[in-house]
Amino acid sequence: MASTHTHTPTDISAAPKAMTLTLKVWRQAGPQAEGHFEEYKVDGIIPDMSFLEMMDVLNQKLIVNNVEPVTFDHDCREGICGTCLMVINGSAHGPDRGVTTCQLHMRRFQDGDTIVIEPARAKAFPIIKDLSVDRSAFDRITAKGGFISVSTGNAPDANAIPVPKEASDLAMDAAQCIGCGACVASCKNASAMLYTSAKVSHFALLPQGQPERASRVLSMVKQMDFEGFGNCTNTGACEAACPKEITLENIARMNREYMRAMFLSRKG
Amino acid sequence: MTNRVLDAKSPQGPLADKWTNYKFESKLVNPANKRKFSVIVVGTGLAGASAAATLAELGYNVKAITMHDSPRRAHSIAAQGGINAAKNYQNDGDSVHRLFYDTIKGGDYRARESNVHRLAEVSVNIIDQCVAQGVPFARDYGGLLENRSFGGAQVSRTFYARGQTGQQLLIGAYHSMMRMVGEKKIELLARREMLDLVVVDGKARGIIVRNLVTGETERHAADAVLVCTGGYSNVYYLSTSARMSNATAAWRCYKRGAAYGNPCYVQIHPTCIPVTGEHQSKLTLMSESLRNDGRVWVPKAVGDKRPPAQIPDEERDYYLERIYPSFGNLAPRDVSSRAAKRMCDEGRGVGRSGLAVYLDFRDAIKRDGIDTVKEKYGNLFDMYHHITDENPYELPMRIYPAVHYTMGGLWVDYNLMSNVPGLFVLGEANFSDHGANRLGASALMQGLADGYFVIPATLANYLGGTKLEKIDTQNPAFAEAERSTQAQVEKMISIKGTRSVDDFHKALGKLMWEYVGMGRTEAGLKQALIEIPKLREEFWKDLRILGDSHDYNLELEKAGRVADFFELGELMARDALDRDESCGGHFREEHQTPDGEAIRNDEKFANVSAWFFEGEGKTPTLQREELKWEFVHPSVRSYK
Repeated sequence: MASTHTHTPTDISAAPKAMTLTLKVWRQAGPQAEGHFEEYKVDGIIPDMSFLEMMDVLNQKLIVNNVEPVTFDHDCREGICGTCLMVINGSAHGPDRGVTTCQLHMRRFQDGDTIVIEPARAKAFPIIKDLSVDRSAFDRITAKGGFISVSTGNAPDANAIPVPKEASDLAMDAAQCIGCGACVASCKNASAMLYTSAKVSHFALLPQGQPERASRVLSMVKQMDFEGFGNCTNTGACEAACPKEITLENIARMNREYMRAMFLSRKG
Repeated sequence: MTNRVLDAKSPQGPLADKWTNYKFESKLVNPANKRKFSVIVVGTGLAGASAAATLAELGYNVKAITMHDSPRRAHSIAAQGGINAAKNYQNDGDSVHRLFYDTIKGGDYRARESNVHRLAEVSVNIIDQCVAQGVPFARDYGGLLENRSFGGAQVSRTFYARGQTGQQLLIGAYHSMMRMVGEKKIELLARREMLDLVVVDGKARGIIVRNLVTGETERHAADAVLVCTGGYSNVYYLSTSARMSNATAAWRCYKRGAAYGNPCYVQIHPTCIPVTGEHQSKLTLMSESLRNDGRVWVPKAVGDKRPPAQIPDEERDYYLERIYPSFGNLAPRDVSSRAAKRMCDEGRGVGRSGLAVYLDFRDAIKRDGIDTVKEKYGNLFDMYHHITDENPYELPMRIYPAVHYTMGGLWVDYNLMSNVPGLFVLGEANFSDHGANRLGASALMQGLADGYFVIPATLANYLGGTKLEKIDTQNPAFAEAERSTQAQVEKMISIKGTRSVDDFHKALGKLMWEYVGMGRTEAGLKQALIEIPKLREEFWKDLRILGDSHDYNLELEKAGRVADFFELGELMARDALDRDESCGGHFREEHQTPDGEAIRNDEKFANVSAWFFEGEGKTPTLQREELKWEFVHPSVRSYK
């Protein structure tokens, strides 16, 4: 993993130093309301805190001061559920490569820094409140073909079909997508190609995925367009923002799969 | 009043035939009739998503409820290490019976034989199903499936997908579920939280949910309700559970008459990243799979604060290898956690707080090379590096036990049905299968066993053999349940006190960790039974929630969950006090051997404790389900 933060020496007994930060946070009361940036100061932020723990400090302070806390979605806080997407200083999930917001730590920031915190912005991800957005469009894309149609009970023995290790590893690389939407948030076209292509790749690479290979890519792409996501113009911002480091190779593969399906499919 | 007879309904016959006999004798619902039945599935983790998908495939009308924005985010996703199955692909002597036996023994002889054997039986089908769905399990160069070992077992039966097995299995179930959503056989209701169970004529017939975005309450009626909402580790505030994980759905079922089984059985996982300060919002697990290659140690000398690299081998105490030579670093979780605590209590803990032990990969890296270690555990090492800012390829990991899983939960019979007919409980939310301690890589197995393979049979048996009156959401029971949930919401909002939900939750967590944590005593538990109600009273007087109830209000959501944690925490203490023995994760300090191992009392406690709600402010009552040992003879659980 391309980690950009520095490694501190091994002195584990040194007490961490607290920081004071200025936060500019997007506040928006509801989907139809007008939003604006609000400025807050937080202090006592220590380097070991995660970004979300810093947000907790802010919210506890707001509650004490009778100000409604900032709404942000979060859950596992260990980088795997994909809930906690926010845009930090213009980057989805903040400045580090290959991490979610919850795994971004405050040691990445300096005392006195100003941090701008916004929701993901995309037509297909309407804002619900403050930093929380509606990403259900991803579920609807998945419902159109992001699966292998095998009902429970129909499976042959798990070792009946050997899968070459390379194909399995590549499928796993694609399957690591956590559906957070950082790709959409970072793309100037608000495209969902990285998300969709990760699913298409995962299945296209496996023998189990072959029977529905053509119909899957056609219907998922159709739904993706229908949801109002933009197209891909090969900038690569999505790959840079992806906390699971899903590569552009998947988009290339999806394009090939799409072409292949267009020629082979009888449905058109 | 609901049924209070705790009949396990275990089928007759030899152990290995029970499930087959059950399925043959079970009532069926014919394919054309399935669409006439509606089922509500609450929760979309492994148990819920697999159940929703499977029942919809069979033709039932399914409503799936999740509090998350997407079903894929349920906390099953965070399981790292793997899933057990008795495939014996490694030819190392595994079998259904061995998996059954390991699970019963691992649970310290406090689980029901019939349920556990069924779990071991269907484990093999789970792997087949998941591979067919495209779950990218690790494979060898011949293209066949790889395995690794987990605690409490001497065979390699754990299937894994890098360090994110839970995610891949959940996504497999989610895909299957979304296929059914696309075919309009499942109605998916996201960002909704179950706040009450609706019981009509003694049967579970629906639920009340809060739409978390709009704040509206909704009524949903059905012929059966499946609660698949996970465990209650977050009673402790700090745990490896996700922040939203909660016990509310299960707890509200308890308050509608469902018995709560063994609430005191909590698993403290030995390998978590230590706490760094008061700001800590959750604890992160480092998968048990790491103990395949990592060696656990502390300095031999008390107070040795040298950096680990400067402590030579002869001054290190590899205490798990020393105390448990046959299982070594793969001793079960409860045993390993208590050993770590003992080392730290002796003053040999490491790191800034002294509340940590080392998990060292130096020897594995030397033996297998850094690339091999990276391929097996890369994402776990990265995660550790990100959180601690220490590179585990160079420095040993520092780990400490943390609350991880709850074996207790709503009581269910062999059908996974609670004592409230029509209320089924699947996965971690029920008390079944793991006894007093769960073995690693068995939670995923249980969730999927329940959802894919058990519930289709047992639900049909119930629906096919029960007369269900037609009802709708205009039934007075719905109105009453809706009113009571709304009243609670409004009450919390109107307190307008001074302390935040988190403030109270943290205080509760500290009480629970102190008195109902790794080591429990009669005096401590009695103290907990005084202090928890006192703090709860404060909560209801001094809680501050800003904003209003007809909005997306995260503080309000949390408040409802914490209100339930107060009540559940008290029940846990009560149960731990009543169970005057040590078993599995429940360690009563009064009952231990001179070297600190648990001493069970089979004469008095070879049973399940099931608690019944008697009304607000009243002491709950206890009934016991005796565990019958037909096939296994409980013995002292030794891993030495």
